[in-house]
Amino acid sequence: MTGDDSKHLPLEDIHAAAGARFGAFAGWSMPLTYPAGVMKEHLHTREHAGLFDISHMKLFEVSGPGAIALLNRACPLDAGALEISQSKLSFFLNEAGGILDDLIVTRLGDTRFMVVANAGNAVADEKHLRELAANFDVKVEPLERVFLAIQGPEAWAALSRAGIETGSLLFMHGVEPRKDWFMSRSGYTGEDGFEIGLPEADARALVAKLLEDERVLWIGLAARDSLRLEAGLCLHGQDITPETDPAAAALMWAIPKDIRASGAFIGADALRDAVERGPAQKRVGLKPEGRQPVRAGAALFDADGNPAGHVTSGGFGPSAGHPVAMGYVAASLAKPGTRVFADVRGTKIPVDISSLPFTPHRYRKG
Amino acid sequence: MATTYFTSDHEWLRVEGGIATVGITDYAQEQLGDLVFVELPETGKKLAKGDTAVVVESVKAASDVYAPVDGEITEANGTLSSDPSLVNSAATGAGWLWKMRLADESQLAGLMDEAAYKAHIA
Repeated sequence: MTGDDSKHLPLEDIHAAAGARFGAFAGWSMPLTYPAGVMKEHLHTREHAGLFDISHMKLFEVSGPGAIALLNRACPLDAGALEISQSKLSFFLNEAGGILDDLIVTRLGDTRFMVVANAGNAVADEKHLRELAANFDVKVEPLERVFLAIQGPEAWAALSRAGIETGSLLFMHGVEPRKDWFMSRSGYTGEDGFEIGLPEADARALVAKLLEDERVLWIGLAARDSLRLEAGLCLHGQDITPETDPAAAALMWAIPKDIRASGAFIGADALRDAVERGPAQKRVGLKPEGRQPVRAGAALFDADGNPAGHVTSGGFGPSAGHPVAMGYVAASLAKPGTRVFADVRGTKIPVDISSLPFTPHRYRKG
Repeated sequence: MATTYFTSDHEWLRVEGGIATVGITDYAQEQLGDLVFVELPETGKKLAKGDTAVVVESVKAASDVYAPVDGEITEANGTLSSDPSLVNSAATGAGWLWKMRLADESQLAGLMDEAAYKAHIA
């Protein structure tokens, strides 16, 4: 379980009262499962609405006349091209083009942006942003917020019943509906849904209202992981790391074409070289044959027994109904349908390269 | 008359006529969560106490189940190949994992009875 130095969620008492089983993740003591269990929690999210406490993630407000210039330097992004309320997936890259973190950047105003960072990288991200900010006329402010996600086809209806209308908000857009609130239509499950950063007192009131609704169930980190894996979404530290660049990670779609060509972001030269060479390995979906899950760390081999790559995330997909995994394979093997073999405790399990996601995305795009 | 024993690794053994039926306890299945795969041993496999006999896989993780005593596998619960969730729903019944012929019945003396196991998990 968790050591004494773990950080604790502001709403930990609510999770404990709900019967959560806690475990350590990225330095936090997090609810892993609730009494319903990972399978029911996962399926409930796809069918109704799952409520997640993701307060381990960090919100940064970046504001000032130099905000656009800072973000364009820090990320392979054209921050000035974002419409107000538009969100975009982006990255902090190192000079070698490796992914330090993946982030969601939302434009709140002409010179004001929200950056949402991963828990495990939040401290490093803040240091990185502050160091860069010294060269620009900009303020970087980490926000103390409870951060909730509500995900699933009934998420909007449950929020509406709780008094929060989301009507015109589309996928990958974010707004500030109340003082010190940030609400975006986004998430990490592949479903329609919302992420809401808000002060603790407001969060307690909102959670109480939401849980009165039988469509809403607390969902732990275990189901969050199986949901995002089925949706083909990367977990930083596993599927993407400082050793993988966006080209190998098959995430170039997140970088606008003109930025790829001429952006002055950190890592630009290295990334251009990587794109030109073509990645040696590529991130792919992996569908193991049969019922046996293939997990992170498993080595992959081609049909002749030559090393072919490795698995970075793997488990069972409750909605897919079969094991699901993600990993990196030699670029020559990355075509969907190609068969490779995973070593699981000495047995070679046939695994087919699969297109992602395993379960279709159901985002509200318009 | 069968006698049931428990281990500190949360396994149960029901011993009758020199054969032990082995499974994991209800407490263990609850800790593991929903099982999606059970890697079963082959009949005839000889195991020493502490060897991995079975691997149970939940949505999130794989966990070893160890042989609680020395012996030889006489049967694996093949039903679990198609329905691993039986271990969750009936851990001490239809969700048994394997049967083994005991090599040394004196090893049973080191195991717990139900009252001792209940105290162990309390």
